[in-house]
Formats: sequence, C-alpha cells, structure tokens
Amino acid sequence: MFGYYLGLALRSFRGSRVLTALIIVLMGVGVATCMVAWSVFRVTAADPLPGRSATLFVPQVDNFGPTRTNQGEPPNLLSHADAMALWHARGHTPTTLLYPVSFVHDPDDGTGQPSGLDGDAVTRDFFAMFGAPFAQGHVWSQADDEDGAALVVISDRLNRRLFGGDNSIGRSMNLDGHAFRVVGVLGPWQPWPRFYDVASTGTAFIAPGDIYLPLRKAIALAKRSLTGYCSAVAADPNIPDFNAWVHSECVWIGAWVQLRDAADVARYRQFLVAYATTQQQMGRFAWEPNIRLTGLNAWLASQRVIPKATNLSMMVALSFLLIAMVNVVGLMLARFMRRSTEIGVRRALGASRAAIYRQFGTEAVAIGMAGALLGMGLTWLGIRGVHLVFEPTIAAWAHMDLPLMLGTVVLAVGATFLAALYPTWRAAQVQPAWQIKTDD
Amino acid sequence: MTKRTWLQTGPILAALRRHRMATLLVVLQVALTLAVVSNALFIVATRVVHLSRPSGTDEANIFVIANQWGSGLDVHRVDALMRADLAALRGVVGVHDAFASEAYPLEGGWGVLTQIKTTSEQTTKPRLGIMYFADDHAIDTLGIHLVAGRNFRADEILRSSSVDTAVASVIIVTRSLAGKLFPGANALDRTVWLPDGPVRIIGVLDSLQGPYAGSTTRSIDEDTVLYPARAADLAFGTNYIVRATPGGMDKTIPAAVAALWAQSRQRLIDPDKGVVTLKQARERGYATDRSVALMMGSVSVLLLLATAAGIVGLSSFWVSQRRRQIGVRRALGARRQDILGYFLAENFLIVTGGIVLGALLAYAANLGLLKAFELALMPWYVVPLAAVLLWLLGQVAVLGPARRAAATAPVEAIRQR
Repeated sequence: MFGYYLGLALRSFRGSRVLTALIIVLMGVGVATCMVAWSVFRVTAADPLPGRSATLFVPQVDNFGPTRTNQGEPPNLLSHADAMALWHARGHTPTTLLYPVSFVHDPDDGTGQPSGLDGDAVTRDFFAMFGAPFAQGHVWSQADDEDGAALVVISDRLNRRLFGGDNSIGRSMNLDGHAFRVVGVLGPWQPWPRFYDVASTGTAFIAPGDIYLPLRKAIALAKRSLTGYCSAVAADPNIPDFNAWVHSECVWIGAWVQLRDAADVARYRQFLVAYATTQQQMGRFAWEPNIRLTGLNAWLASQRVIPKATNLSMMVALSFLLIAMVNVVGLMLARFMRRSTEIGVRRALGASRAAIYRQFGTEAVAIGMAGALLGMGLTWLGIRGVHLVFEPTIAAWAHMDLPLMLGTVVLAVGATFLAALYPTWRAAQVQPAWQIKTDD
Repeated sequence: MTKRTWLQTGPILAALRRHRMATLLVVLQVALTLAVVSNALFIVATRVVHLSRPSGTDEANIFVIANQWGSGLDVHRVDALMRADLAALRGVVGVHDAFASEAYPLEGGWGVLTQIKTTSEQTTKPRLGIMYFADDHAIDTLGIHLVAGRNFRADEILRSSSVDTAVASVIIVTRSLAGKLFPGANALDRTVWLPDGPVRIIGVLDSLQGPYAGSTTRSIDEDTVLYPARAADLAFGTNYIVRATPGGMDKTIPAAVAALWAQSRQRLIDPDKGVVTLKQARERGYATDRSVALMMGSVSVLLLLATAAGIVGLSSFWVSQRRRQIGVRRALGARRQDILGYFLAENFLIVTGGIVLGALLAYAANLGLLKAFELALMPWYVVPLAAVLLWLLGQVAVLGPARRAAATAPVEAIRQR
C-alpha cells in the first residue's frame, strides 16, 4: 500500500511542478540555514573534554569583600596566597594552578631571530587532569613542582618547529635568557574551546600554547600573568615590584580541582568554607565565607564564552525556518486542495479517511526527503562559506559530519510533516458526494 | 487602483472568509517577514554606517610594526632603543615618516581611555576621550591635519613608564572633542584637566578616529587626544606606525623590519602577525560588523523571496479555483482590469493585515534585541519603509496570477472540464 501512495505522490509532483518545487526549495533553504548556524553554534558551545568535564571544577574564594566584588560574585581568579593554600591542602584531590605566560625564546646558536612562545605556568596535575597525552618523556616530579625546577614540556607543534620532530627529551631551551630542560613532548592535544585559562585570556577560541613550565619556576623568575586584577577600584596590574604583587590581594592564578562524585564535591565545598572561615578568624577577611565551586561547562557559560554573533545567527536561522514553514503550510494547502476532485473520487470509490491521511502523509514525507537532500547540499555549501560570515578562528572548526547530516534529514522531514498536518486534515475532510457533483 | 476597485472590498472580504486558513497563513507570513526584515535591515544599516566611517588617516600608505621587547631590558634601555629605532625607521628608503604609540587607528582596542574636565573643580561627569601616545612626527605619519594651533615640539615629548612621574603640559585634540569640551567656543590655548593634572590644548585636528572598533565606544570614536609621550612598556612593547611614500608599501615593509633587526636583536616581531597594514586592520576590526551585515542582508533577501514565492503559489491556486466565478463575472460585463484590480486589491488587503500585526511584532523584537545585543532603538521610519517594501513585493508577486485571471474568457462560465 505504501508503494501505491509513493506512486501517487510522484504522479502529483508532476501535476503541480511549480508548487512542489517551491515547497522543496523553501524547506531546503530553511533547513540548511539552521544547520549551518548550528554547525557554528556547536563549535562555540562544544564540551572541551567530553566524559571528563563533569569531574572538573573551578574553586573561587572571595578575597575582595562585599564592597569590591561584582554583585557579590567572588573574583574569577585566586590571589597567590589563596592559590597556594588550596594547593598545599590538596591531599589526594588532583589540583591544578595555572596562569598564561609568554616567553622570549632565543635560539642558542645565535642564528635565528628570537621569537615569542605562549603557554602556561602550571602545576604538574595539569596534564593528567586535562588529558594531555605525552608523546615523549613525562611530567616533572612532585619535588620539581615544589622547587620550581627549570623544566619545560612542549607541544608537538613546537617540537617539530624547533627540533624537527626528533626525540628532544633532555635538550635545552633558552627562555627569557634562562636555560630550561625539555622533560616532555605532548602528543596532539586540542581541547576546544581552550577552557583552562579562559578567565585570564578572555578568549577560548585559540589553540593551546606551546610551552608548559612549573608554576613556581615562573613565579621565581618574576614572570607576570598576561592579566590579573586587584580589589582596588583602579585595577593596576602594573604594581612595579613583583614581590609586592605576589603578596598583594590581586588575583591572577587560575585553579582547577578534579572531584569524582557528588560526595567529593560536597566535601571540597566544605573544605573551601572552612578555609574562608579560618581566613575570617585570622582577620584577613572581614566578611562571611563567600566561595564558589563551579563545574567546567557551567564555568564556560558564566565566562560568556559563546560569541553574541553565534547566538544571533541561531535566532535568525530559526525564525527563518519558522517563516518558511508557515509558507509551506499555505502551499501544501493549495497543493492538496487543488486535488479535491481526486480525493472525492478516491473517497467515493471506498478509500477511508485513514487512507487519505496515509496518502498525504506519505506525500509530505517524500517532499520532506527531497527538501532534506537539497538542504544537505546547501548545508555543505554553507559550511564551506561560513568563514565569510563568522570569525575565521571559529569557522575553521565548523564541519559536516554524520550528526549534522542526520539532523538535516530529521529537521527537513519533521518540519515538512508538521507543516503538512493541517493541509492533510483538510484533505481528509473532503466529502465524496459533493466533489463528484461539481466539476472542479 | 480606481474607485471601482475599492468598491470590490466587500466581495473580497466575503470571498476571503471562505479561505480563512489560507488568508491567515499569508497574513502571518507577511507579519513575521516584516518583523524580521525590519530589524535585520536596521542592523545592516547601523553596521554599514559603522564600518564605512573614515579613520581620518592616510590609510592606504600606513603600516604598523608590533614590536615587543626581549628579556632583561630596563626602562632606560628600552627608551634608548625606541629613539634609535625611530631614527632608523625614518632613514629607511620609502618611509615617509614614523612614530611610536601604544595603539593605532582601526586596531580594535588598547587605546587609553582618559577623563577630561574643563575646570579643576568640575563635579559633573567628565568627558571621555581616547588617547594615542604621539610625538612631533605623529601628525605627519598619520596624514592628519591641524585646523588650528601647532604641532608638538620635540622637547615636549616625555618618557612614560612605570618609573616615570613626569606628566605632559600640552595636548592636541580632535575638532569633535574640542566642540564637546567647549561648545560654540574656541578650544585652542584653553586649559583642561586630565586625571594627572592640567594641560593646554595647543592644536585642534580635523579628524582622527580612536583605535576601538566595537560598539561600546561608538559615541566617542572621534574624540581623540594626542598625548606627547613615548611609552617604554616592558611588558607590552610598542607599535611603530609607519607611513610609506605612496605606492611603495610592498618594498618598504621588509626594509623597515630589516632596519629594526639591524638596529638591535633584543626584540620580538612576530614573523606572521608582526606587521599589519591599516587596510588589513580595517578588514579585521570590522570583520564582525561585516559578517553580521552580510548575514542579516542575505537572510532578508531570502525571506522576501520566500514570501513572494508563497504569495505567487497561493494566488495561483486561488485563481485556478475561481475560474468559473471569474468567467461568470466576465460574462456579466466585468472588464479585464476589474478582475486584475480585484486580485491586486485582495492582495493589498491581506498584506495590510500582515503589516498591522507585523509592526507590533517588529517593535517587540526590537525591544528584545535592545537588551541582548546592544542594539539601538529602531527609528520610527524603519517599519513603514519595510511595510512599503512588502506592499510592493505583494503587488509584484500577485501580478502574474492576477493577469492570468484577467485573461479568463467569459466562456469559462459554462465550460465543463
């Protein structure tokens, strides 16, 4: 029976070519617009570490006080004192402290020009917590972390650029005029968005850095973070003396902890409250404990990582699809009602209402499939042209894959079917006798 | 349309009552289209206005070298390097002039925001201006013009750094800022108060845009201050702004960079991103504006096309359904233009219904966008303009089917199919 309905549908396509083509084009364009917008949206809203993100949390401690915080929210970063306190009290809780740094690399042989290398000063748990794989060597030791040893882990990209991709463990690098020893080379690692230091960098749509060195080494070298802010009204990250900066209430170190389950989270939250209470009792904080413990994805959302343009385009695309659907309802109605005579005859010959529903439902799905095919082609074209409309760093990550193709089909067929509901109902209401009596 | 056409309003409404759903669909579609298109076109217009503003400079011949300092330098050494660098740059063949600043036009950020008071005791909100660090070569390098007063003298340029406390005693401002500080009066030689102390306005510039490209500083884009200082900033380095002689930029860029390297190796110039022409900066700075304008513009065009297509489709259907009635009317003496007028008037009525509903939706959407996307309140004429566009679109779309209807012969009334 289904084959018969499909045959009828195809015959009717020939009967009203223009209307059918219009519906297919409208659905195709509407669906493609949505899918292209979504392909960009999912890039900006991506989970950087699927499967792991639910266990990663950002602790915040309010060291500014109610009059200096932004609407009572603790600062996004920690002061040196608080960061070190959390780190020393970490016990078995994996804890990462970090801040983005930029070093001047001067090739030892004096031939090449000096270049800038970006990366992060981190504690050793960084690599295990964020799933950064080691292609060569391994992370520095606990003792090196404490002492701030002159060691560095480099990205595979930098290893290829500086050392031609060889095994470079034990080689020396000149950073800011100091000799660092390479202890590890990371394998390919592209967490997207770059979540871990977004509170400092302000943008998550950049590739990870090339160098990672012990946090305490960077501090020993008086290396400043790229950003930092102070509780004073006039933010002044340029406190001239680095030592004064380290011991100030300025915040500039990011912190992450890995917590296995809800009990773990509750325990850590209690620990933060206890810590802030101690600080209050010691007289450092003149306010009640004000702490936060935020999961990775909630953190990204609170940092407003998603660009407004992507949100706007998603809204525009959805309203476009809505208008296309309203249009399709009208056109479907015209298509179906034009065939009132045919329906009347079929009904008079004994076709039940249910049969009419099935016939026109099949037809809607067939049109939807055609719209999906067109939509897929247009989506493919749209994604290739996405760099014209969106920032290139984001557009580069938009791509067509199976979920996107399935999404196109489901959306096209679903939307067409939805749009056909009312016209189909109207078609099924056609009275057999009345239609035969009149001539059109 | 003639009076005769309007007399058909009653019958048209009666006929539409028989096609309630289809009519409602067109009304809804026109309404949604009006709401989206008027907002989208408004966004396009604001963005296009924003991105086509002139920077006031000789954009075609200016490039910027972003220079960072190597490690182990101090303020005194950096200042000496900057003086030597500038001397070297000005000596390069093909370089017209050069100066150093912390920011440059079309950069997209980094300019220093400053507060300006017109009296030392002013308690009202001070004016805001955006500062460029500049020297006596800045005006010549940017290709901007003084409309009053004089340029800085070389001895007025001071060193600014974390260890320096000296502040300037003179500044140069744009005409826009001068007009806001002293409305209707001459600003030249007047004293104003920066947060650091009093300064005398020694020159007024024709125009110079600040470095910000975003929307938040839009109202002070032209309120620019030239501050006579060389900033020896160890952490952020400096931007060498270089104006090449006309047509020679391609050769001048590598020569200028080579001259800096020959001068000293204690620096960083990113091989890929270190040199930016103002033309590239304009493209980059306004990338978001352009992309939003492009997106909104193309969506508007698609939407209008879709709406037109929908009207063509539905009216063709109505025409084919009413062939017999049209035949009867023709046989009873209706002229072709009466039939044509009937369908045009019908479309006009339906689109008008959509426009009334759509105008409400459009203003509601505007209010929603106002908060979420820092959009301005839509001026009153946007919706009427979009409405006229939709009326015209509707009439054009219905013209084809209506003419086919008008061509119906009276004999259709009795023809059996």
